[in-house]
Amino acid sequence: MSNPLADMEKPDVIFCIGTNMTEAHPVAATRLKKAMRHGAKLIVADPRHIPLAEIADVVLPLRVGSDVALLGAMAHVIVREGLVDESFVAERTEGFEALRAHVAEFTPTWAEGITGVPAADIERAAILFGQAERGAIYYTLGITEHICGVDNVQSLCNLALMTGNIGREGTGINPMRGQNNIQGAGDCGALPNNYPGFQPVTDPANQKKFREAWGVEVDLEKGITKVRALDECGSSIHAMLICGENTVVSDPDRAHCEHALKSLEHLVVIDVFLTDTAALADVVFPAAAWGEVDGVFTNTERRPQRVRAAVEPQGQAQPDWWILTQLARRLDFPSFEYESAKDVFNELCALSPTYNGLDWDLVAEGRHHWPVPEKGHPGTPILHMGTFLRGKGLFKTPSYRDPAEVIDDEYPVWLTTGRRLAHYHTRTMTGRAVGTQYLVPEELVEIHPHDVTKLGLEDGGLAVMSSRRGEVVVKVQATTKSPRGTVFCSFSFSDVPINALTGSGYDPETDTAELKVCAVRIEPARATLV
Amino acid sequence: MKNTLTLDGQRVDFEEGESLYQVARRHTQAIPTLCYDDRLEAFGACRLCVVELEGSRNPVASCTTLAQTDMVVKTKTEAIERHRKTLMELVVSENPKGVAIDPLRGKASQELAHLAVRYQADGSRFAGKQSGHSRPDDPNPMIVRDYDHCISCYRCVRVCAEQEGDYAISIANRGFHTQITTEFDGLLENSACTFCGQCVQTCPTGALADGRALRHVDTPGEIERTRSVCPYCGVGCSVEILSKNETIVGVQPAMDGPANEGALCVKGQFGWDWVQHPDRLKNPLVRKDGVLVDASWDEALERAAEGFRKVRDTHGRHAIYGVASGRAPHESAYSMQKFIRVGFGTNNIDNCSRA
Repeated sequence: MSNPLADMEKPDVIFCIGTNMTEAHPVAATRLKKAMRHGAKLIVADPRHIPLAEIADVVLPLRVGSDVALLGAMAHVIVREGLVDESFVAERTEGFEALRAHVAEFTPTWAEGITGVPAADIERAAILFGQAERGAIYYTLGITEHICGVDNVQSLCNLALMTGNIGREGTGINPMRGQNNIQGAGDCGALPNNYPGFQPVTDPANQKKFREAWGVEVDLEKGITKVRALDECGSSIHAMLICGENTVVSDPDRAHCEHALKSLEHLVVIDVFLTDTAALADVVFPAAAWGEVDGVFTNTERRPQRVRAAVEPQGQAQPDWWILTQLARRLDFPSFEYESAKDVFNELCALSPTYNGLDWDLVAEGRHHWPVPEKGHPGTPILHMGTFLRGKGLFKTPSYRDPAEVIDDEYPVWLTTGRRLAHYHTRTMTGRAVGTQYLVPEELVEIHPHDVTKLGLEDGGLAVMSSRRGEVVVKVQATTKSPRGTVFCSFSFSDVPINALTGSGYDPETDTAELKVCAVRIEPARATLV
Repeated sequence: MKNTLTLDGQRVDFEEGESLYQVARRHTQAIPTLCYDDRLEAFGACRLCVVELEGSRNPVASCTTLAQTDMVVKTKTEAIERHRKTLMELVVSENPKGVAIDPLRGKASQELAHLAVRYQADGSRFAGKQSGHSRPDDPNPMIVRDYDHCISCYRCVRVCAEQEGDYAISIANRGFHTQITTEFDGLLENSACTFCGQCVQTCPTGALADGRALRHVDTPGEIERTRSVCPYCGVGCSVEILSKNETIVGVQPAMDGPANEGALCVKGQFGWDWVQHPDRLKNPLVRKDGVLVDASWDEALERAAEGFRKVRDTHGRHAIYGVASGRAPHESAYSMQKFIRVGFGTNNIDNCSRA
């Protein structure tokens, strides 16, 4: 997030797109509701009638995967209505003339044809956001899990830049990170292109820094992404070490994933449960879990905070860093002399420009937002104040393109996936918690009541849902939360593996899977039993 | 010009907009209250926080009275304390099950019991009717609705509305017929309730209780609190893990958590049983004859190392790939990328953020 969570109580116009925040980030949503009690207006863009839409001032129910068209049309209206922050654009950005020319064709009427959102509502939303004193944008995977994820984010950046809603309190572009330490995993350099602190691996200065710090020769080229690695299993990739990820259930195209992992000569998994993924391994190491380890998580607002052990690990389970240290010593790898989590974290701080000013003791109270470039620095709650990392904010001109897979006669229904409040990812945790499991004990495909009738289904009955990659049997729930023509499932239940269906395409720049769009066919279950 | 007033004979300063209760708490911390929660608008229901205000005929509720320059306030005169004792006796008489409550019920659950001791208030003087009746028919395993203990402070209703914005619970009737309830008097799961547990944690009597934690009332040991951060989404809510010896017995929100300011959701509040679930992996496993079997650390580490060595020697350094976790702490992800980069000389490392 460009701005801290506390800022969520401060905007006068809130734009939530592709974020089911009350279910996926409930506590953050409470802060938006407080802003609304103080008079803030809420614009919600989402294909489904999510709980946030219930309390919104403007609802933009766009067709899955049509965000670029919607956001381009909003930019069009902001230009047309003279709502551009001309002084901000002049002082802090470049490329605006190209954008102005680019969005000239993105009329709301044109966008209505693609998104299905009435042109008048697009106008209302754009004018509301354009007139905001403090306009803040919040998004989640509904923006990024598309083949055009980068284009979607850049379209949002355009809106923020042209209205001057960045680098100030109560504004900003704010992605809500999905997992407790997914921000931290990136911060720590678990990326094929970056060392810790987002230092590119291809930069000779960084190569020198890490060669000297670790005392080994380093790889001069970028690695491949996990998505490519799964494609390469059995070809160029022959061993994998997977830590705390249930790849088989969480990743798109389950059949492809399973085949990939089974093609390996050697698979080692570190986890707290024998997940579907761990069950395929040659060696499984039992990890100490949350509540049993000391360490640091960094949250979505770039705030590192300490987690602490309350109890001893179960059985012989050990912290991940300990397991990896032991394994490194067996393999005679240098530079693994850690005795504690603190040792590991302090090494990270010493090597990361975003964490240089931090150490184990300083994060004890979680008072800093990174970057914290040197000791004594107060941290950076708001990014992009005064200047951007590259100097001026650059407008990009993304064009609309269809999702990797569009509906047709054979697969005539859009499937989109996401989370429900009670469950988290593949349910390895919430499926073993009595309360959450009580609330949502099974997977349901959420279908508009009219579609339930049209498809010959029954509310509560079983349906077979199939895509070009696989099929699942799933119970039907009739609900107006889903629009006509689009259905919703979570990917939480391994007995109804929705990711057997997904995996139609990937963003060409980030390799992020288009998990939010997939064309399916839905039939009553009995049809297949004949 | 500084804002000052006289508090129990002392000149003290105050901020614009502060209530007398807030001013007094900064200076003496002695004013009792049952309906006050820092995060909620002052409500003035319990009347325990009354103080004497010069020029005012009757005592005023300090929580709903804004401080003004040159006010003269007395917080603990004999008359005020007598008044509070009577009030406490009335409140306690509403609680036929007694005020002694297991602290596992909730964060604020001891407030009534502590005040009952402080004012030596038992309910005998006003024994008789009570408001609020328990709902043992609600089968949800998270929020116990033991309204026999309810004293109608409305904190649960207000936290649900003001803090959560959910408006799931409300009040039916008045006087001895007061009942905290949901629309149409139904079960929580059929209401707008999201099971965030905020009502449980603000309840000053334990009438609303943490059903997951209550299973551990008889678990031996003192309750220990460990400050940590929730293991679910990226918001990073601060929590206290409650444990007895080596058993996790509950989670409560940390009220000063910078990301959550005391709020939690159903997963963070009630979704911790998995940590000590019997399914946990308790020892290393290695595959033998196609089946995963228990192994010693020594054997498992050797098998894992041998496999990596073999693949590296056969297929080269880029044949090995590491996937770090977005859930484990930094020390895990940092060690993972270093293991791959230092150990094999490849940048073939990623985390689970692309899918």
